[in-house]
Amino acid sequence: MMLGILAHKPANMNTARRYAVQRLGFGVLILASLLVVAPILFVIGAIIARGVGAINWEFLTAMPRDGMKAGGIFPAIVGTLLLTLGTALVAIPFGVGGAIYLAEYARDTWLTRAIRLAIVNLAGIPSVVYGLFGLGLFVLFLGFGTSIVAGSLTLAIMTLPVIISTSEEALRSVPVEFRTVSASLGGTRWQGIRNIVLPQALPGIITGVILGLLRAGGETAPILFTVAAFFLPRLPQSPLDQTMALPYHLYVISTQVPGMPAEIQYGTALVLLALVLSLNVVATVIRSYFRRKRQW
Amino acid sequence: MNQPTIQPTNQPTNPKIRIEHVSYTYDDKTVLRDVTLAVPAHAVTVFLGPAGSGKSTLLRLINRLNDVLDHTRLDGRIFLDDQDIYARGVAVSDLRRRVGMVFALPLPLPGTIRENILYGPRLAGLRDRGRQEEIVVRCLTQAALWDEVKDRLDSPAVSMSGGQQQRLCIARSLALEPEVLLLDEPTSGLDPISTSKVEESLFELKQQYTIIIVPHSVQQAARVADHAAFFLTGELVEYRPGRELFTAPRDRRTEDYITGRFG
Ligand SMILES: Nc1ncnc2c1ncn2[C@@H]1O[C@H](COP(=O)(O)OP(=O)(O)O)[C@@H](O)[C@H]1O
Ligand SMILES: [Mg+2]
Repeated sequence: MMLGILAHKPANMNTARRYAVQRLGFGVLILASLLVVAPILFVIGAIIARGVGAINWEFLTAMPRDGMKAGGIFPAIVGTLLLTLGTALVAIPFGVGGAIYLAEYARDTWLTRAIRLAIVNLAGIPSVVYGLFGLGLFVLFLGFGTSIVAGSLTLAIMTLPVIISTSEEALRSVPVEFRTVSASLGGTRWQGIRNIVLPQALPGIITGVILGLLRAGGETAPILFTVAAFFLPRLPQSPLDQTMALPYHLYVISTQVPGMPAEIQYGTALVLLALVLSLNVVATVIRSYFRRKRQW
Repeated sequence: MNQPTIQPTNQPTNPKIRIEHVSYTYDDKTVLRDVTLAVPAHAVTVFLGPAGSGKSTLLRLINRLNDVLDHTRLDGRIFLDDQDIYARGVAVSDLRRRVGMVFALPLPLPGTIRENILYGPRLAGLRDRGRQEEIVVRCLTQAALWDEVKDRLDSPAVSMSGGQQQRLCIARSLALEPEVLLLDEPTSGLDPISTSKVEESLFELKQQYTIIIVPHSVQQAARVADHAAFFLTGELVEYRPGRELFTAPRDRRTEDYITGRFG
């Protein structure tokens, strides 16, 4: 009895102390996450606060005037949408196709291992290097000139590693047994992929694609030498035209034009941010829609 | 092709499947060693043995499911009706339509009960609604599942119980009217009632199909076996008519295993 009490008491204190330590631990973790989120929220808040005044119908739909100090940013918005679209047209089929090849078909050889290694490393290359590569290959060597084609191809190449690695991951997360079952019922490998694997991997693939396209849409360096126009107050007429684009326009009006009203700078940033965030929302909605249809 | 083949002693010489000198290696690990046996048609043959003795691997070799694996090596030959299934020009999809497989863990494909049954026939090009309907009824009946699900053929397959899911998987493989049915511990996750239902359906099915089953217990093996092959670490130790193997095993290792004195 005595012994029991004696043994009990320290245990009790121990528990209390452990709880305290645990609570302290949680506190530190919560603080850390706040520290991470706070600057982002602050930046977004500041951009909204200072830029919202610039947003009106004219700003969104008119050409820039007076050395970009007045008017709108319509051509830059259209340019960014076109570049993102062009990037998607190239990067989605090649990226998803490459991921399907790597995840489903490629035998485990030194070559496929080298390809994987290259993809991982490509994702870490600074975007300005892609810009120079695009200048060399698409603008000069292939003769596309500074054009939407050259810019889209450059952005697509930059985006491919992201799309390939996230899509491959998504495909690999579908249990191998589904492929086996499909094969055992007389399905070819492609039929199994098409009917069973791809639908289940789709949420992950869509996430990867949209993350990649978001990055492409917001990049400045890769379009600097390949497509972006400093000031071009009209819409592009063909894929071989130059165009203005939001990230580059933002860079230009923030650093290259003296006396630029801050409101226009923040307004442009806000539009870019809104485009990116809305794409994000679309991605989330699509993803959760497909998630609900999945069964494992 | 003319080499002598181990036959269960009382079998006429019309084997459905002949496995000849098959050895198999994963990476550097040999899991089948010079296995030779003939599987008679329209009978239940069990592959018996402790875990890791290579039974599943041998089943998967019979319908070439291991083709996709890297770093493996197959020696020897496997014949289905005297056709070497690993010969050049064999259409693997056609082979698998002739040799169906049911796995230990029931895995419904995404979709409804009906869609699961019709997955194989549709891939094989069956469009006719009436024929599809016939197949659904026939397969679910053969797998002793029809009465339980006939009113909800269009509900998701995953909404069924585990036992029902496994019978669905059997029904699904029957949809292609295979000549051979391979079952790898098909009742390992099932309760006794579902198990006996599956075993009952095996008795029905062997009139029509050639069945190879890896049982989940020696008792089950003894219940269903017309012929029994005992494997140990990749070697075929003994292959005899089931009644003989279970009542009077010739090899000491077989006896130890079936009497539970093993390992
Ligand atoms: N895909 C695989 N890769 C490597 N080794 C495997 C693979 N599948 C099975 N093995 C090994 O082969 C041996 C035989 O396995 P298996 O054929 O599943 O035996 P059983 O079905 O009799 O338990 C085991 O040692 C197992 O670890
Ligand atoms: Mg096994």
